Amino acid sequence: MAVEADVPAATAVRAGGRRFRVLAAGIPYLSGGLLLLLIVAAVFGDALTPHDPTLLNLRAAFMPPAWVEGGSWAHPLGADNLGRDILARIISGARVSLVVALWAIVLSGGIGALVGMIAGYFGGWADVIIMRLVDIQMSIPSLALALILAAVLDPGLDTVIIVIVVSYWAWYARLVRSEVLSLKERDYVALAKVAGCGPFTIFHRHLAPNIVNTMLVLATLQIGQVIIFEASLSFLGLGVQSPDISWGLMLADARGYITNAWWAITMPGVAIMLTCLSSNLFGDWLRDALDPRRRQL
Amino acid sequence: MLLEVRGLKKHFPVGSGLLGPSGLVKAVDGVSFGVEEGKTYALVGESGCGKTTVAKLILLLERPTAGEVLYRGTSVAGLSGSALGFFRREVQAVFQDPFSSLNPRLRVRSIIAEPIRANENIGRAELDRRIEEALDIVGLPKGAGALFPHEFSGGQRQRIAIARALAMRPKAMVLDEPTSALDVSIRAQILNLLSDIQDEFGVAYLIIAHDLALVEHFSHDTGVMYLGAMVEQGPTETVFGNPQHPYTEALLASAPRPDPDHRPTPDVILGEIGSALNPPSGCRFHPRCPHAFGPCAGTDPAPVDTGPGAWARCHLLTENAMEKAE
Repeated sequence: MAVEADVPAATAVRAGGRRFRVLAAGIPYLSGGLLLLLIVAAVFGDALTPHDPTLLNLRAAFMPPAWVEGGSWAHPLGADNLGRDILARIISGARVSLVVALWAIVLSGGIGALVGMIAGYFGGWADVIIMRLVDIQMSIPSLALALILAAVLDPGLDTVIIVIVVSYWAWYARLVRSEVLSLKERDYVALAKVAGCGPFTIFHRHLAPNIVNTMLVLATLQIGQVIIFEASLSFLGLGVQSPDISWGLMLADARGYITNAWWAITMPGVAIMLTCLSSNLFGDWLRDALDPRRRQL
Repeated sequence: MLLEVRGLKKHFPVGSGLLGPSGLVKAVDGVSFGVEEGKTYALVGESGCGKTTVAKLILLLERPTAGEVLYRGTSVAGLSGSALGFFRREVQAVFQDPFSSLNPRLRVRSIIAEPIRANENIGRAELDRRIEEALDIVGLPKGAGALFPHEFSGGQRQRIAIARALAMRPKAMVLDEPTSALDVSIRAQILNLLSDIQDEFGVAYLIIAHDLALVEHFSHDTGVMYLGAMVEQGPTETVFGNPQHPYTEALLASAPRPDPDHRPTPDVILGEIGSALNPPSGCRFHPRCPHAFGPCAGTDPAPVDTGPGAWARCHLLTENAMEKAE
């Protein structure tokens, strides 16, 4: 501190700026690392934990995390009302979150992008019909839709994915359509037509690469939303059913004991928060990294 | 005639009510001219007169409402398959804005290769040779192919756009304001390049411009457009040396000249360009014309010969011609 006081203020500010830049440069590694950890947990899951995530052990019921008095390193993040290891359950639940997020994003993104490109590029009746469908879709609250669908279909992982795809495709369709509307007026698209390129070539060479950026940003933002949506559905009992494990289900199970076992509901909550935050930060970084105009900056 | 346009019209519907469009913008309303092989035809006129729409119609980016575009004597309207491919190979284009005409996500070599890949099936070595050749003609180093468009200046980007068009070894090029987005110092370079290319490869140009000084030195024939219609056309020396239509006169008088003693005549043209949605009756130019008289508001004047290969549409000329005949 004494040394810093001697340097002129401007240098101190510059040093602060550098420290901030170093911190900012670390964000993609930090968030990417967390996502990687999630993937490893999802793939190898049960092999990583000393405990079976579904094993009941009533002697360990409500055991607090290791750093709290009464806790033990046998259950680093504590145990829930039935004595199940919370860390093991979070690792095991990662698979559900990741599977739901991936399928939901890929399917809704794929359907939305295709439909949006058709609406934007060809216009006319295709555009009118598709966009009115989008409007109808967007006017239905997704939770209400989820309740109906879950009642019709059996609750479970498939239903969760279907519900999310049905509620989210319209966002992509609308986004891609507006992007295509502006892109197709660019001179390079006109020149591609003059050069004799067909619609397919124009789609994949001129439209798709320029849409990927915005899609990527929306997708990474939605990974977070989708994980929360899955958690909400499972919390309401419409999604993943016990004894399968999901972060949302863990929240629902622990809700009753929030006053005497805060860790049982906090730990899966923190897992959800960190995953969403990482995917958002990583998406922002990815967008800049993929843009050749920003690559040098 | 390599490229010919006959009675070309393009009307855009505007507004959409229950009973259909509420009006028509007559962007191009009966334009005819021809571009000869290896020569340059310039289309001039102020903004909004329909020059660029003519270019789009020729390049088949828009469908004409009426009239036709002929290439080597054949109408290009219904072309498909190999006949369309032939037209696409021989006719290329360079647009005004070199920042919007190059896809920022593609490397320069892919940009130049695009028309070749779309039309020809050639090996990688041959493709590379063609790209290098095109870059060499426009004066860019071989290494430029590996870079992205944002790594070049405006003038260099326009060279890339020209290289792309040239790589197809076209017979005709549509140049839509190829220099207006560039710095004045770069314009001359690009024009010299274009004119060298014409000398060497015999490419015909249709150049669309509002810069009259450029047109005067660059083109063999000139057509002057006003509000979607041609008002005067002919060999460039005739049109510039002895303008017959009051609009051409006014355009030439308003062009800046590098002469400190020159004082432009103030207010030769009155007011703004008319609306293409509701063009003036009779001669379209009459509300702004300093010489307007009796018949101008009533009837559209017919073209009157003003020299070899030149004509203008103006009632003053019609009257003179009638007096002579009497």
